[in-house]
Amino acid sequence: MKGAKMKISYFPGCTLKTMAKNFEDSALASLSFLGIEMVELLRWNCCGTVYSLTSDDLIHQVAPIRNLIRVKEERDTRVVTLCSMCYHTLKRANKLVKEDKEKLDKLNNLMYREDVKYNGEVEVLHLLEILKNEVGFDQVSKKVNMTLKGLKVAPYYGCLLLRPPEVGLDDPESPTILKDFLESVGAEVIDYPYETECCGSYHTVVNINLVVERAYDILSSAISQKAEAIVLSCPLCGFNLDNRQKEIKEKFSDFTSIPVFYFTQLLALSLGLDEKVCRFELNFIDPRPLLKSKHLIGGV
Amino acid sequence: MSRIGVFICHCGLNIAGTVDVKKVAKLLSNYSGVVCSTDYMYMCSDPGQDMIKKMVKEKKLDGVVVAACSPTMHETTFRNTIASVGLNPYKIEIANIREQCSWVHQDNKERATEKAVKIIEATVEKVKLNKPLAPLSVPITKRALVIGGGIAGIQASLDIADSGYEVILVEKNQSIGGHMLQLSETFPTLDCPQCIATPKMVQVGQHPRIKLLAYSEVEEVSGYVGNFKVKIRRKASFVNWDKCTGCGLCMEKCPVRVPSEFNEFLAKRKAIYTLFPQAVPNKPVIDSSNCLYFTKGKCRVCEKNCSLKAINFKQRDSLVEEKVGAIIVATGFDLMNKAEVGECGYGKYKDVIDSLQVERLLAPAGPTEGIPYRPSDGKIPKEVVFIQCVGSRDPEHYYPYCSKICCMYTVKQAMLYKHAVPDGQAYVFYMDIRCNGKGYEEFLQRGIEEDRILYLRGRVSKIFKDGDKIKVWGADTLTGRKIEISADLVVLAMAMVPSKGAKKLADKLRLATDDYGFLTEAHPKLRPVESLTAGYFLAGAAQAPKDIPETVAQASGAASKVDSLFSKDELYHEPIIANVDEEVCAGCGICEVLCPYSAIEIDKQEKVAKINPALCEGCGTCCAACPSGALELKGFRREQILSMIKVFTEV
Amino acid sequence: MRTEISVKDIKSKFLDKVEELSEENIYACYQCGKCSAGCPSISEMDISPCEIIRLVQLGQEKEVLNSKTIWICSSCFTCVTRCPKGVDLAKVMEALRQITLRKNVDYVSPLSIPKEVLSQVPQIALVSSLRKFSS
Repeated sequence: MKGAKMKISYFPGCTLKTMAKNFEDSALASLSFLGIEMVELLRWNCCGTVYSLTSDDLIHQVAPIRNLIRVKEERDTRVVTLCSMCYHTLKRANKLVKEDKEKLDKLNNLMYREDVKYNGEVEVLHLLEILKNEVGFDQVSKKVNMTLKGLKVAPYYGCLLLRPPEVGLDDPESPTILKDFLESVGAEVIDYPYETECCGSYHTVVNINLVVERAYDILSSAISQKAEAIVLSCPLCGFNLDNRQKEIKEKFSDFTSIPVFYFTQLLALSLGLDEKVCRFELNFIDPRPLLKSKHLIGGV
Repeated sequence: MSRIGVFICHCGLNIAGTVDVKKVAKLLSNYSGVVCSTDYMYMCSDPGQDMIKKMVKEKKLDGVVVAACSPTMHETTFRNTIASVGLNPYKIEIANIREQCSWVHQDNKERATEKAVKIIEATVEKVKLNKPLAPLSVPITKRALVIGGGIAGIQASLDIADSGYEVILVEKNQSIGGHMLQLSETFPTLDCPQCIATPKMVQVGQHPRIKLLAYSEVEEVSGYVGNFKVKIRRKASFVNWDKCTGCGLCMEKCPVRVPSEFNEFLAKRKAIYTLFPQAVPNKPVIDSSNCLYFTKGKCRVCEKNCSLKAINFKQRDSLVEEKVGAIIVATGFDLMNKAEVGECGYGKYKDVIDSLQVERLLAPAGPTEGIPYRPSDGKIPKEVVFIQCVGSRDPEHYYPYCSKICCMYTVKQAMLYKHAVPDGQAYVFYMDIRCNGKGYEEFLQRGIEEDRILYLRGRVSKIFKDGDKIKVWGADTLTGRKIEISADLVVLAMAMVPSKGAKKLADKLRLATDDYGFLTEAHPKLRPVESLTAGYFLAGAAQAPKDIPETVAQASGAASKVDSLFSKDELYHEPIIANVDEEVCAGCGICEVLCPYSAIEIDKQEKVAKINPALCEGCGTCCAACPSGALELKGFRREQILSMIKVFTEV
Repeated sequence: MRTEISVKDIKSKFLDKVEELSEENIYACYQCGKCSAGCPSISEMDISPCEIIRLVQLGQEKEVLNSKTIWICSSCFTCVTRCPKGVDLAKVMEALRQITLRKNVDYVSPLSIPKEVLSQVPQIALVSSLRKFSS
């Protein structure tokens, strides 16, 4: 992958620019190292999450489709996302308009002020798909400078990456993509039954107790299988499983904390990039003690 | 000058509710060539038919048109009617003014009436040109072939053989018996299936009129009803069955141990093996993919120990040819593979087993002598969860149909588990309980009341390993709850599917199957044991999921159809077949290639097409394809069709 | 617990509205309970998911719209993935929420969110919860 870098349009979404900057920075740096330049769209708006499930409010599809128009304007046919919710919303909206010409026409007419009409030309991809299909996990392995051997991790998929199956990235019952990725960077992946169970999602705003219950079940299942860290791909799941550990500890005194990584942080580490790009200070449960104990980072 | 009689049926309101039948009758009475035109409420009734007979005689009719329902209903009825008063049965045509007119134009009575008139006029034109035809007779070979040696095949073979006809029974495994021999006990009597089936199996083995070809498969079938030629492949067993006495020493000495198919992979067998102790024939077979001699060139211990010199590593498959007159297909069923179901772990959990596996564990003569030890660690399970409808009644992901037998065998399995482990608890997750056989409902209630099986009404969403237990997440819709059980053993009632290889065989025999591979019967209500292809009969689970009493009944039914076929000395073949004008035919051969029944051959010397009248089914493909027009279908000649088109296109 | 039902309840505007908004055939549900069996949030619900759709089949508008269940649903799509009849229960739940929300009734209104929560949670949580729960 020497010489000219492959470029691909990149849609960050809201939270990756703030609370989940650790996700974005580690992703951009890792992909650059692997020879892919993720070019942020010049203009983009909120992805429009959550995907509207009613049949008649087409207005909710404007936000995601408008982003796809932006991709088209940048003369690209593919856009890569990191956040599961952005991936799900963009992909589902895309599928809807590709299958329903009438709705597509209505949307284009509604967005008459746009210079470009959308006709289903763009493909929405998740970074894991790029790593698997474009780069290849075996190629990732070859580029690993510091294998994560000895680190026991529990992959967590959550909901929107896998369901419903027609827009899912992998088999919703027995997904393997995160496992394959983590094994390619040398980590030991543990198996546990809660990797696809919902974290509670948006209930974290008004029904924190529900999230606490869900997160407790998920984390304790992983811990009972000797996981040392959780690895995921969604800022909302990340918040619920990481930041909400404070509330979990308040409710369940026997709970022991466990660090939560975005998969790109582990990618960056394994590729030997500077710890700074991982922005570990933004992780709620500090993962640095664990990483130090595994000799994966140096220093105090 | 033609003398055609037109008879228009009301069919109650089916036709008369839309078509003005009286008007049609009046209009037709003025049509050229029609000497009588009348209507009646139900033409197919006795008085209706009497009316036709009367008119044929009175008006000296030389052709009849009955305007009524589809010819598939009553064409035969009316042909017989006019034949009984001396008119050739091929001088009648049915004008379909029901399925093709009144039933599809119910919203436009006026136009429907006009269309009915056209249909009848066109049919009149056709009948004017009908030539009298006589059916052909073909001889019958009074021997039957039964494919499949499970309980259906066994029953059918015995019935036909007891009626005095010879039967060839072909079974792909090395013993007959099928899945019934794997069962623990049968519902609702809790009979031992080996005890009730083996007497029949022995009868088959010893019957003077049954030729049992075990470890064989049907390779090719050609011909037609009454006259089939069958090629059967006798697979190489590498043991000379004529010399072998079944002493079993070779099996004792064989050092290889591989998972046993008969025991559903819960126990091991040798590379040289018989299926079970009461096998018929009780002769072993060498599994060449696991035998040390075939894979590594070593061992040969069986050969060394066989004093009768019955081992023959050089044996090859052989082909035999048989002539038969009727074929019964009884290839049975298999269970859907649990590895296809993601919610149940894709088959990777040792303690999640399917219903045939639990039968082997519960069978007194099985690998665990009737105690259902956990396959993973051999411990006795204290909490066993049975899940019904896995793969069945699931149109979204798997099969939409109900597999019929699972409700009954699940309660039986739960009962046998409780008898073996009295301090254990059995749970059954169900959607509905289907107990529609004799004594079935009582059997279910006995299981619930006496053996205290807990029935939970709801499906299971997911099962997964939790330590050394299996966690089951199901529902109980009767209380609206999600139910979580930590089970020691989970039994999945997998969907019933047609036996492996049955679809391939059906394609070879050109038998119709449904979307799932089950053989299609000629009529779902009235002709359940015949296939749509003449000479082929169906029995058992190959046609649809069913239990043992239904299978046996169906097998006897198929056998009786074969008996009635064999009771005649000749068969009549429809005369509406292709006909070659040899003066026009150039022998191009297009027809020969297209014929789906292989009924045409180009005579190399005369360079013309020759039709085999016994094989030709009158489909018309050759006639449509023939570039010179030398081929015409008797009863559907070009001038007849053109005369009908002329009527339809007239303004 | 007596419930009288008649054609008025069964063929009601309520059922029509639910089917119209969700584009799902409510009668396709054969009450197998698989949705309830796999629902991660069922312990917080007062009526189980399969019972919700049952009550819609019986035309019990008030009971369904007043339940906690439709607001506890997290749209995780587990039920959708597993339903053997292909009934998209997530869309049905959304339709039920929308019937209330479209009357300009908020389940979560922006002003009611405590200040600490506002500063604590990521934008994505606010965006998604307001999209789901406000009118």
